[in-house]
Amino acid sequence: MVQFALPKNSKIRVGKTWPKPEGKNVRKFCIYRWDPDTGENPRVDSYFVDMDSCGPMVLDALIKIKTEIDPTLTFRRSCREGICGSCSMNIDGINTLACIYGLDEIKGDVKIYPLPHMKVVKDLIPDMTLFYAQHAAIKPWLETKTATPATEWRQSIEDRKKLDGLYECVMCGSCSAACPSYWWNSDLYYGPATLLHAYRWIVDSRDEATGERLDALEDPFKLYRCHHILNCTQTCPKGLNPALAIAQIKKLMVERMS
Amino acid sequence: MADSNRVDRPLSPHLTTYRIIFRPQITSFSSIMIRVTGIGMMFGVLLAVWWLLAAALGPEAFATADAVATSWFGDLVFTLSLLAVWYHYLGGLRHLLWDTGRGLELRTVELLGWGCIIGSVVLTILTLIVI
Repeated sequence: MVQFALPKNSKIRVGKTWPKPEGKNVRKFCIYRWDPDTGENPRVDSYFVDMDSCGPMVLDALIKIKTEIDPTLTFRRSCREGICGSCSMNIDGINTLACIYGLDEIKGDVKIYPLPHMKVVKDLIPDMTLFYAQHAAIKPWLETKTATPATEWRQSIEDRKKLDGLYECVMCGSCSAACPSYWWNSDLYYGPATLLHAYRWIVDSRDEATGERLDALEDPFKLYRCHHILNCTQTCPKGLNPALAIAQIKKLMVERMS
Repeated sequence: MADSNRVDRPLSPHLTTYRIIFRPQITSFSSIMIRVTGIGMMFGVLLAVWWLLAAALGPEAFATADAVATSWFGDLVFTLSLLAVWYHYLGGLRHLLWDTGRGLELRTVELLGWGCIIGSVVLTILTLIVI
C-alpha cells in the first residue's frame, strides 16, 4: 500500500551532537540511529570527523567514528572494495556502497541513512529477510533437464557475453530500496535486484527452464509493477541496468505469445 | 537472521531522504510527471464536460459555464490540460520505445526525459498558435 508518511514509531527525532575535534578540516556527519533496546524513536546524531586523519571513502569515516567516537554505531561492512555488497546504505540521497563512495563526491554535510523503506534492525542495518526470500523464489541456480555432462556445461563465448552486466550484481539491495514501486508493494513486487537475477538465469544458454521461469513471473505484481522510474539504474553502485533487464523479460513475455 | 517481529521495528525514511523531492533526478521526475499529467488533464475534461452539459441544459446554465470556461481561469485550466495531454502522449511514446527493449541506457532515458518536457511545451505553444 502507498503510505507517504512514516509510521508513528519511525518518525525521526533530533539526536545527540557529539563533541567536535580540533583541526581545520573537520566535517559534519548526520547519521540515522535506532536502538531496539531503548524503545525510543529513531534519531539523527551529529558527528564531527577530522578529515586530515580520515580515509577517502564514506566507510572509512564510519569506521573512524565507530573506533574513535562512538563504538555503539552499528553498520554492516566486510570487503571494503565493493564486492560483498554489505555496506549498502542511503548516502547523500542515493543508495550506494559506503566503501566505494568517495567523501569528495558529497557536497556539504554527509547524511547517512539506512536503505529506504525497510524495517530497521539497528542503526544503519536494514532487515533483508524479504529481499533474500524473493531472490530465492526465482531459483537462482542452473535448472537442467538433460543428463549432467561428464565434464562441464559448455557455453559459447557469444552466449557467455549475454551474462555480462548481470552476473556482476552483488545483491546489495541499493536498487530495490531505491524503487518507489518496491517501497509501496514490496510484499508483491519482486523489485529490480531480484528481477535482474531472474533475467540472468532466463538468458543463460545452459538453463533449460526458461519457460517455467517466465511462467513464474507472469503476474500483475511480481514483474509488471515496474514502471521504468529508473531509480534502480540511476543508483546501482556497480553500474548495472536492472531496468533494461526487466524490459527484456517483458519483451520475452510478449514474444513467446506470438 | 533477524526476526523482524521480535520488536516494533521502525521503517527507514524513504521519500524524505531520497533524491526525489529535494534534489530530483530527471529520470524519476519525468516518470512521476506521466502520472501527474494523467490525473491533471482530467480537470480540463471536467470543465469541458460541464460546458457541454450546461449547453444542453439551457441558456442560463450555459451562460454561467461559458463565463467560467472563457475566463482567465478557464484559459489556464485548458492550457495546462493541453500541456498535460502532450506530455502524457510523449511519455506514452517513450514507454512504447522501452517496451521494445530499446532506449534504456541511462543517458538515453535522461535525454528522452528532457525531450518529453521540452517537447510538450513546444507542442503546447504550437497548438495554441494553430487554434
